[in-house]
Amino acid sequence: MADVHQNAAPIRFETSPERYRHWKLDFPSEYERKVARLTLDVQDNGGLRQGYSLKLNSYDLSVDIELADALSRIRFEHPEVRAIVFVSGKDRIFSAGANIYMLGLSSHTFKVNFCKFTNETRLYLEQMSAESGIASLAALNGTASGGGYELAIACDEIVLSDDGSSAVSLPEVPLLGVLPGTGGLTRLVDKRKVRRDYADVFSSLAEGVRGKRAVEWGVVDESPSRAQFQQAVELRLKAMVGRSTAQTRPSIKLTPIDGDYHEAGTRYRYVTLSVDAARRVASLTIRTPDNREPTTPAELAAKGAEAWLVRAFRELDDALLDLRFNYANVAAIEVRAEGQGENVLQAEGILIDHASDPLVREVTHLIRRVLKRYDNTARSLFALVDDKSAFAGLLFELALGADRTYMLDASGVSLRVSPMSAGLFPMATNLSRIQAHFYGDPSRAATSLAETSSIDTARARELGLVTFTPDELDWEDEVRMAFEERASLSPDALTGMEANLRFVGPETMETKIFGRLSAWQNWIFQRPNATGQKGALTLYGKPERPEFDFTRT
Amino acid sequence: MSNVINSERIPNNVGLSDDKRLQRALEEWQPNYLKWWNEMGPEGFQHDDIFLRTAISVDSDGWANFGHVKMPDYRWGIFLADAVKERTIGFGDNMGQPVWQQVPGEHRNALRRLIVTQGDTEPASVEQQRLLGQSCPSVYDLRNLFQVNVEEGRHLWAMVYLLHSYFGRDGREEAEALLERRSGDVDKPRILGAFNEPCTDWLSFFMFTFFTDRDGKFQLLALAESAFDPLSRTTRFMLTEEAHHMFVGETGILRVCDRTAQVMKESGKDHPDDLRKLGVIDFGTMQRYLNLWYSLSLDLFGSEVSSNAASFFANGLKGRAKEEQYEDHRALEGVYTIDRFAEGRWSRDDIPLRNAMNEVLRDAYVDDCQRGVDKWNRTIASHGIPVELKLPSRKFHRHVGANANLPIDVGGNVITDAAFVEKHDAWLPSAADKAFVQNLMTAPVYDPKQMANWIGAPKQGIKGRPVDFEYVRREG
Repeated sequence: MADVHQNAAPIRFETSPERYRHWKLDFPSEYERKVARLTLDVQDNGGLRQGYSLKLNSYDLSVDIELADALSRIRFEHPEVRAIVFVSGKDRIFSAGANIYMLGLSSHTFKVNFCKFTNETRLYLEQMSAESGIASLAALNGTASGGGYELAIACDEIVLSDDGSSAVSLPEVPLLGVLPGTGGLTRLVDKRKVRRDYADVFSSLAEGVRGKRAVEWGVVDESPSRAQFQQAVELRLKAMVGRSTAQTRPSIKLTPIDGDYHEAGTRYRYVTLSVDAARRVASLTIRTPDNREPTTPAELAAKGAEAWLVRAFRELDDALLDLRFNYANVAAIEVRAEGQGENVLQAEGILIDHASDPLVREVTHLIRRVLKRYDNTARSLFALVDDKSAFAGLLFELALGADRTYMLDASGVSLRVSPMSAGLFPMATNLSRIQAHFYGDPSRAATSLAETSSIDTARARELGLVTFTPDELDWEDEVRMAFEERASLSPDALTGMEANLRFVGPETMETKIFGRLSAWQNWIFQRPNATGQKGALTLYGKPERPEFDFTRT
Repeated sequence: MSNVINSERIPNNVGLSDDKRLQRALEEWQPNYLKWWNEMGPEGFQHDDIFLRTAISVDSDGWANFGHVKMPDYRWGIFLADAVKERTIGFGDNMGQPVWQQVPGEHRNALRRLIVTQGDTEPASVEQQRLLGQSCPSVYDLRNLFQVNVEEGRHLWAMVYLLHSYFGRDGREEAEALLERRSGDVDKPRILGAFNEPCTDWLSFFMFTFFTDRDGKFQLLALAESAFDPLSRTTRFMLTEEAHHMFVGETGILRVCDRTAQVMKESGKDHPDDLRKLGVIDFGTMQRYLNLWYSLSLDLFGSEVSSNAASFFANGLKGRAKEEQYEDHRALEGVYTIDRFAEGRWSRDDIPLRNAMNEVLRDAYVDDCQRGVDKWNRTIASHGIPVELKLPSRKFHRHVGANANLPIDVGGNVITDAAFVEKHDAWLPSAADKAFVQNLMTAPVYDPKQMANWIGAPKQGIKGRPVDFEYVRREG
């Protein structure tokens, strides 16, 4: 298949509002700047790659990168915001969803990572509401189809103009032979609790539903006439602002992280990504703070995005995206933490000591989100704890989140568990990583959490915190072989295996989206009925009709 | 370095003095090895001085040092054949690339399994043979038995060296497990079937060293081709020692044939009962023992159609014996035709050559066995006795592969289960045969001047010593 991303320039994820091409972020005065308005006005020819036109507010990754940036900035740079409204800058169309021609020109790998990123951003939007009291409203002054509706359904409320033509729809099944890949099906029934027979009809109806029926079925909250649309939106936004639990806090400017990108990785201030293309192994090193970090909210506000807790995790976030999109062949990652473990414990103290401070909470949420991105990264993650390591407290979460941990059995090697592992950073399952690690024996999680001093290798083995503990004579060979072996296995099987094992425990909407929905979607993406020569996705927009193999599995 | 784990006590050419990892591993393993040897090694001879060959280096002077030594003091060494300069992989998908001095992670598990399977056979045979000293036909033979035993022990060391040096903690655990399994033990049997069969009489011992050790020879030849160079080098050196084991088997049976034929000629008798009364082993009994050990040994090569064999070959882990004799070292093109019996009839199936590598190796083995059998028959014929020993069909009495557990006669024809049961005692050792053989060998011969009645004397002794040399000095 043609792949517009092959040999193209690497994809970068840092942007800022003055560079947006597809979104406008403003703060209308009628809401006293308490509402952030995100206007979607996609530039047809402003996509990430050549070869497709982003008509009808359809989007590609570049559109979503801006959205993710905007949401982060609202949280940190605009603490006065209490609600978000999504509107369209185009007439009679809100959004046609992900651009089909872009998908057709993309490799399977890219499609999967694109969907994952957009899903993460939709969840981020929901987390803003749940965690920070910043609710969102989709003001659909035109049709929202496919990914367009999936953006709307990620908002808390949806208002659809009843103008006789504007509709909401999930046309993927009837038109494209694939699934709505950004959580649409899951949210219909799990979040909006649309009756599943109506959801069935809705999801197989290409033109979707409008007006009264859309409200009856619960796929939107309200469908006022054109004349009353604006007023309805305003009423809802004012109510959202009124009931927001968001608290006043200082603004933090998200300054550029300025990664030093080069062919074999990236060097940031606290994070280094280093790719060994021949071995298909990358090392991801996160360094501890060098100096004393803020201990009070005031100090944190003063240090802003330069605070280690913010900067290191923004860098890690960028590095993970860089890995996913720009180093597709990397099989496995050596996860390392270096520096002074004491400094991590000092820096993380504020997250507990001032847990209820609104700015501190925002930082906690940022870290939570990055750690989830880490959990969701489809590469083998092996944490390496050796004599240079500083897997302490917050950084030990990276080892707990890894698929395996190798700890050198030698004097001077240690790790440290802190209250950071006690539930502050839940996984998608709502379990902490240490709960997931000890899923069969919760008492062991408690025992480990009760260890207040540094844990040497023998003790870590005894506690069950690490997987293997080779000594100095074995270490190098053992680690080398582990990575060589991993890199030789089927990448598809590994992705599936890791995703199944990492997310032990209960299902949530989030795990369903990344597990059930994505797995089915990725299966369908590979099937001839979607992407074969006569597949529905392949032939979309062409004069021929798709030909299906009608065998049901 | 420790008192035990040093290059004086453990002759080697693998740099033991500088290899801390190997020292550490051996420090734990060596005492358990000695414990195993004392428990499971030759019963009743551990304090005697045995005239043994000890390898102290790999050169022509060093690998065969002879002298009297007590077996527990035997210096089990670790040797690699000389490195071949710029050796490249000789077969499979990686052909032409440099051989590996380290285990590639990708092949770690497969290589470990190959090495463990090979390694497991070495102590197993010592266990199987541990009581044989108490029924030996001569001191010369007793010494040969112990030579085979200590060298099987050394071959265990060779495999353990690889596990210790290249497979980390897993390797050390596997090395321990090699000492924990026991031949014939219900709970912890040895890995391969033939190595759990009792070998409690000398006819079985000679058959074993001829047929079963010959499987070992071919496995070692195939592993000597391996892309994992340390495995190749260690197995190449093992082959020099293995040759003696097959010599013991081949000449042992030959001497039995010689003696029986001689007695038949002298007495003019040919009925088994008469021959048994004369204290020799009739050829029918020999043929049945041959049928048993040959078929058990054929099983050791594995299934005729094997995806493991194909992947071992593709990845360069295990080649064919003397790979250089073949023209096509990738073996991607050819097919191998095998006979399969299904739904009441035989069919001939073409299978991809790589999947047939077990069968290719078995072919070479069968040819090699036939050469030995021909020698026996020439000896029988030299006495004017019109009897020939024959290798049965390779389909006969199989427990592994396409013909496993099918009622197949020695000619390779499928018969009924009932017919097989009826003919069992004609083809395989009966209880009466076993009782006869056991009875024949009740009294051991510990006088160097004597030779048991049922076996001929060897043509010559060991290392220039006379046949009646005191190869084993019994204590007190």
